[in-house]
Amino acid sequence: MSWMNNHDKLEKNSLLLLLFTIIVVSIGGIVEVLPLFRKETVIEPVEGVRPYTPLELAGYNIYIREGCYNCHSQQVRPLRDEVVRYGHYSLAAESMYDFPFQWGSKRTGPDLARVGGKYSDDWHVAHLKEPRDLVPESIMPSYSFLLHNGAKLDMTADLKTLRVLGVPYTDEMIEFVKQDMVTQATGEARADITGLTNRYGEKVNARDFDSNPNLVSEMDALVAYLQVIGTMVDFKAAENIEGNE
Amino acid sequence: MIENQDNKYNYEVLKKFAIAAVFWGVVGFAAGVFIATQMVFPDLNIEPYLNFGRLRPLHTSAVIFAFGGNVLLGTSYYVVQRTCGVRLWSDKLANFTFWGYQAFIVMAALGYLLGYTQGKEYAEPEWYVDIWLTIVWVAYFINYLMTIVNRKEPHLYVANWFYLAFIVTVAILHLGNGLALPTGIVSGKSYSAFSGVQSAMIQWWYGHNAVGFFLTAGFLGMMYYFVPKQANRPVYSYRLSIVHFWSLIFIYIWAGPHHLHYTALPDWAQTLGMTLSIMLWMPSWGGMINGVMTLSGAWHKLRDDPILQFLIIALAFYGMSTFEGPLMSIRAVNALSHYTDWTIGHVHSGALGWVGFISFGSLYYMIPRVFGRERMYSTKLISMHLWIATTGIVFYITAMWVSGIMQGLMWRSYDEMGFLEYSFVESVMAMKPFYAIRALGGLLYLSGALIMAYNVFRTIRGDVNVKEQQNQDNIKAQGATA
Repeated sequence: MSWMNNHDKLEKNSLLLLLFTIIVVSIGGIVEVLPLFRKETVIEPVEGVRPYTPLELAGYNIYIREGCYNCHSQQVRPLRDEVVRYGHYSLAAESMYDFPFQWGSKRTGPDLARVGGKYSDDWHVAHLKEPRDLVPESIMPSYSFLLHNGAKLDMTADLKTLRVLGVPYTDEMIEFVKQDMVTQATGEARADITGLTNRYGEKVNARDFDSNPNLVSEMDALVAYLQVIGTMVDFKAAENIEGNE
Repeated sequence: MIENQDNKYNYEVLKKFAIAAVFWGVVGFAAGVFIATQMVFPDLNIEPYLNFGRLRPLHTSAVIFAFGGNVLLGTSYYVVQRTCGVRLWSDKLANFTFWGYQAFIVMAALGYLLGYTQGKEYAEPEWYVDIWLTIVWVAYFINYLMTIVNRKEPHLYVANWFYLAFIVTVAILHLGNGLALPTGIVSGKSYSAFSGVQSAMIQWWYGHNAVGFFLTAGFLGMMYYFVPKQANRPVYSYRLSIVHFWSLIFIYIWAGPHHLHYTALPDWAQTLGMTLSIMLWMPSWGGMINGVMTLSGAWHKLRDDPILQFLIIALAFYGMSTFEGPLMSIRAVNALSHYTDWTIGHVHSGALGWVGFISFGSLYYMIPRVFGRERMYSTKLISMHLWIATTGIVFYITAMWVSGIMQGLMWRSYDEMGFLEYSFVESVMAMKPFYAIRALGGLLYLSGALIMAYNVFRTIRGDVNVKEQQNQDNIKAQGATA
């Protein structure tokens, strides 16, 4: 057959073979990946999604460092049982400030896309400290060391890096990065949080998450992150708007 | 031995790769057994450094990149020299790729334990490790390509097409998915250049092709060399190998989105990924058929040659998991299987069965040759390794099928009133016996690898199992008198 003879050329010229290989393996990626960078066709804009506060971002980094994504997904699929179990299915906009995404691939533990606000801070702290105290059948590792580890207080470089990558952190947010960190972990009972809420919105959770006023701990950061996951979009308000239309 | 007359080929570096492969194999399997046991006895988690979340990437990287990588680099250097009839282009670069690659492994592993990770599955190493790997990989690529360019044979043998595609595509994937911005020049922390949907698509474009090119194309290169060699038969169909090669590398790249069904990834991308994943069944089986049918006219050799048995069972597992994969990529099946242990079982039937067995078979072929020995120390021990490992795989994957499908069904089960029937933790409790069986399966597989390590050690020392040797001589003598 003639095409077999033509293949002979590739077998005799390894650089030509290399070139053909590169072309052939590039096509799929180009077709599937590049169109996604026309973001307006991929991410429907929704109200409420904002960049993480410095404390939440520190928590997000701890979530990655500890490999939480190995056992927990953050993506509710639009399937009946998942919507009933976890809540509203996940929207593209909700992870647009996650560098990288935390959708996960395995649910050894439950999905966390709507975990924010579901449990109290005390529950999270006790659960992270020793999961089996609250859920005897749980096989999750314990993370009590987070209580004693101070969180990284200076997130300036982190915010600046993310700004280069397209996250709309303002100059003011970067200027007050340390103050916002401490204020959020101190809580409105003992600190003035107006600067923080001006910058990140009224809904920001500002509390002493781990009930230890002497330390902004990694526990504070992780719980602050867990408590904000999936809460930025107000689905009830969105439902009302859809209903009125 | 005429295998390497006048030191024509560089076998020194192959010895190192072979030993490293066996060593990292044992380490990676042991890490797997340990984390599997953690899932049965959670108290084995020792915070913070030995928690499951930090050890799981250690396990996956150790088996894929440390064990698999050393097998790939070692066998590719062997095959390219044998099929091109020339020595490696540069001995220095070959040595650099060996030590540089081991340094990459150690840096990556230490990073995970200490908490330096990008948090992207199978691409966890932080930016500084990524850059180091890029340097090593370029050296590897240059050395491999220049050896091919210098070859004595006019035609480039099919095994090398696969190795070449593996090397160059892994480079593309690594560079694309690894794009990240460090927070500082002396900081071990970086942020991925992509977020949300885009990062998900790029991650699984990478992730699935780590399977497709690292764990498949490269190992198919091994299949195309070591199966014909061990069977002493030519490859079944030259034409099929051409069709197989081009269709496999073209289609694999598209399959990533099947990891993202029902997510916020646009539907068109999901559907495209699913369609191409189903099409992928054909080239995969084309390769399997080409490998298995190479035994045409030599099937009797399968009876008493455990090395050939390793290679053929590998192809059987390859056929099974490349049928299961397309099945699981169908959206409706995926709705049940995704996020469950079924995926873990699927991966391991491919990893333990296909990648592991084709590696063991190839190493058993290569090691006596590069160390200048007549044969492996003991054929019986090879056979023992084979059967213990096979039993281990069967335990592992059947446990994961049952637990995975059960998990999926429990999550979506409703009572008569229309409420969810099970809380999440009830599904966790139901997994326990299957996690125990899985750990046992892993332990068997690890035991097989330890037997191999012993056998390799004795072979390198130059020992020959005298009893086996006498038996074989007797059989030969009887054959001669009969």
